[in-house]
Amino acid sequence: MRHLLSAADLGLDEAVLVLDTAAQMAATQAREIKKLPTLRGRTVVNLFFEDSTRTRISFETAAKRLSADVINFSAKGSSVSKGESLKDTALTLQAMGADAVVIRHQASGAPHTLAHAGWTHGAVVNAGDGMHQHPTQALLDAYTLRRHLVGDGGRADVTGRDLSGAHVAVVGDVLHSRVARSNVQLLRTLGARVTLVAPPTLVPVGVHAWPAEVSYDLDDVLATGPDAVMMLRVQRERMSSAGGGFFPSPLEYTRNYGLDARRLAMLPDHAVVLHPGPMNRGLEISADAADSPRAVIVEQVANGVAVRMAVLYLLLAGGDTARGDAPAGRTADHQERTDVRTDETRTHA
Amino acid sequence: MTTHLLTGARPLGGEPTDVLLADGVVAAIGADARRAGAHVVDADGLVLLPGLVDLHTHLREPGREDAETVESGTRAAALGGFTAVHAMANTTPTQDTAGVVEQVWRLGRDAGWCDVHPVGAVTVGLAGDRLAELSAMARSAAAVRVFSDDGKCVHDPVVMRRALEYVKAFDGVVAQHAQEPRLTEGAQMHEGVVSAELGLTGWPAVAEEAVIARDVLLAEHVGSRLHVLHLSTAGSVEIVRWAKARGIDVTAEVTPHHLMLTDELVRGYDPRFKVNPPLRTAEDVEAVRQGLADGTIDTVGTDHAPHPREDKDCEWAAAAFGMTGLETALSVVQAAMVDTGRMTWADVARVMSTAPARIGRLTGQGRPIAVGEPANLTLVDPAARRVVVPEQQATLSVNSPFAGQELPGKVVATFLRGRATVLDGALVPAGGHA
Repeated sequence: MRHLLSAADLGLDEAVLVLDTAAQMAATQAREIKKLPTLRGRTVVNLFFEDSTRTRISFETAAKRLSADVINFSAKGSSVSKGESLKDTALTLQAMGADAVVIRHQASGAPHTLAHAGWTHGAVVNAGDGMHQHPTQALLDAYTLRRHLVGDGGRADVTGRDLSGAHVAVVGDVLHSRVARSNVQLLRTLGARVTLVAPPTLVPVGVHAWPAEVSYDLDDVLATGPDAVMMLRVQRERMSSAGGGFFPSPLEYTRNYGLDARRLAMLPDHAVVLHPGPMNRGLEISADAADSPRAVIVEQVANGVAVRMAVLYLLLAGGDTARGDAPAGRTADHQERTDVRTDETRTHA
Repeated sequence: MTTHLLTGARPLGGEPTDVLLADGVVAAIGADARRAGAHVVDADGLVLLPGLVDLHTHLREPGREDAETVESGTRAAALGGFTAVHAMANTTPTQDTAGVVEQVWRLGRDAGWCDVHPVGAVTVGLAGDRLAELSAMARSAAAVRVFSDDGKCVHDPVVMRRALEYVKAFDGVVAQHAQEPRLTEGAQMHEGVVSAELGLTGWPAVAEEAVIARDVLLAEHVGSRLHVLHLSTAGSVEIVRWAKARGIDVTAEVTPHHLMLTDELVRGYDPRFKVNPPLRTAEDVEAVRQGLADGTIDTVGTDHAPHPREDKDCEWAAAAFGMTGLETALSVVQAAMVDTGRMTWADVARVMSTAPARIGRLTGQGRPIAVGEPANLTLVDPAARRVVVPEQQATLSVNSPFAGQELPGKVVATFLRGRATVLDGALVPAGGHA
């Protein structure tokens, strides 16, 4: 794995390896001294063209726990707001010696372009691009699901296990959601069954090609007893005419697709509730649901750090064994990565 | 003026013969063509076509001379086998007055590589609100007959109706860029399976088809003629087929790229494949090929849309729409239509010369290859193959979707009223030996 651009980049073995590595990382985070020397001397740039607090902090924490140097570059207050292009920003960061670039961008495909246009030699990690992909979110969701649905909430060893047989309902604004796209692909890779639940206006034309079922009725889907319900954030402005007029009113949305106490009670006992955050309490999820014992939303955040540590580790030190030894000062590094580049399968067709 | 003797040329792909060009016209064909003193062009095995006519070229001058000029664009046209191009109106300032269209017309005449016929804007500043002075442009030295807001749709049904009615006074035609604006807000690519996966806002086929359906009915109602630009979907082909069967005076165009490329190419997020209307599905490509072969679609127009590098060297959403096409169009048509057995070279002459000249009401272009006709001709070697290298093309821009691809066919020579603008595949400056 040279970049992580899309959940579709991960095969079953790779996906399980990331989750297993994340579990090892999580174990180290229970220690008093949380910092590992693994990426000492390496530089990770957080390149955020779009507002994000939790994802940026999560990546920053992950990189720092691995002893990498972290540069945070946000569009606000930078030369990007003066009209500097993605290309020039990337060339600047390349000149500063970035080993990995964690990018969030409002344009779908921007991380792909960054990885393939020759503007940077570092590994590119997609931290969310437009309506396209958010692969580390899907990985942390899968990690959380595995821990609960397979590992009995941390009581059983889940190393090497996937999500075969699990049924996950993904509910909300699928059309605009990179989280949904990444989750559909990764959950499928891990053997889970996915049902997308949304009003028809918030399901993309072309969804029939996705490895997922589609329902317009949340109660019907909950009645089938899914193992997990993943609620997606719904932006209130989508209801306005300028926002696309996707639904008549927030109240009508909540009535049909909001997760409240009544719907929560329909779930099987073992089922968990996820949300990528930030939540709109009272719109797609009620306080009852968000704060219930079966909500694992806060745990998702903690797992996000472990998963991002695993991703950075595998991308930047993937050639090493998982002993946590420091790869700092490796001089053959550049040569190694040049060799790996020839393995890329995605091309500019 | 040099007299040219084309030996062994195959008019419209037919039997080899000799063709003599003298005094700007086809002077003789066959046995009496052999004339001492003529410059001999060995045309053995080459196909002789009437000079190609493009109804859809963006020459960018005035305003965006960093992308293309009339000079560079018409050089590209000549190398592509064209003897006439229609320069679209979306320049800066807009070609919406007699003054601006005459400026472009003069720039074309001074360049001398091919005839340049400016297209007049339908509405002032392409804003879609009120009609530009269409009559003034029609009666100017540029003698405009084709009017279009291309790049934008004349979406207001009343404005479109008025335009269709008004151009009847001077036998003009409204060439519509069919794109319902509300259905395509923020659109980045064809709406379908690929857009759903890539997370790019979709440009649905219905946004094109709905406007075409409305416009053919408007054209019928007011008894005018309509030309549909860059038709790209199977549904659009069906609507035009229906309209023609009904007797409506509609003609339609397809671009070379819509005959060849699909939305699958967008998967790499390479902005070279970003174009408007967008690349569609394989089923749509099949439908437009079928429509072109059976005459539903009348013309191939390049929609040559040069852009400076910085407008394509960026993330997809930030990139400009458009592709270059003048120097690859004939090769793409050969690959998609001739080499597949769907069309003959006579058909190519029809869709790339005769029909566009008729629609544009050009008198000296798109004529039969016959004695006494203006010597606007193109010699093409169908057996040649070449790799497209945008940096080596005459167009100033490099945004070709066919870069690096091997295409069949090569324009060997182009003659504009008997003067060779291209010989041996290279430009011949005016006043040179030819």
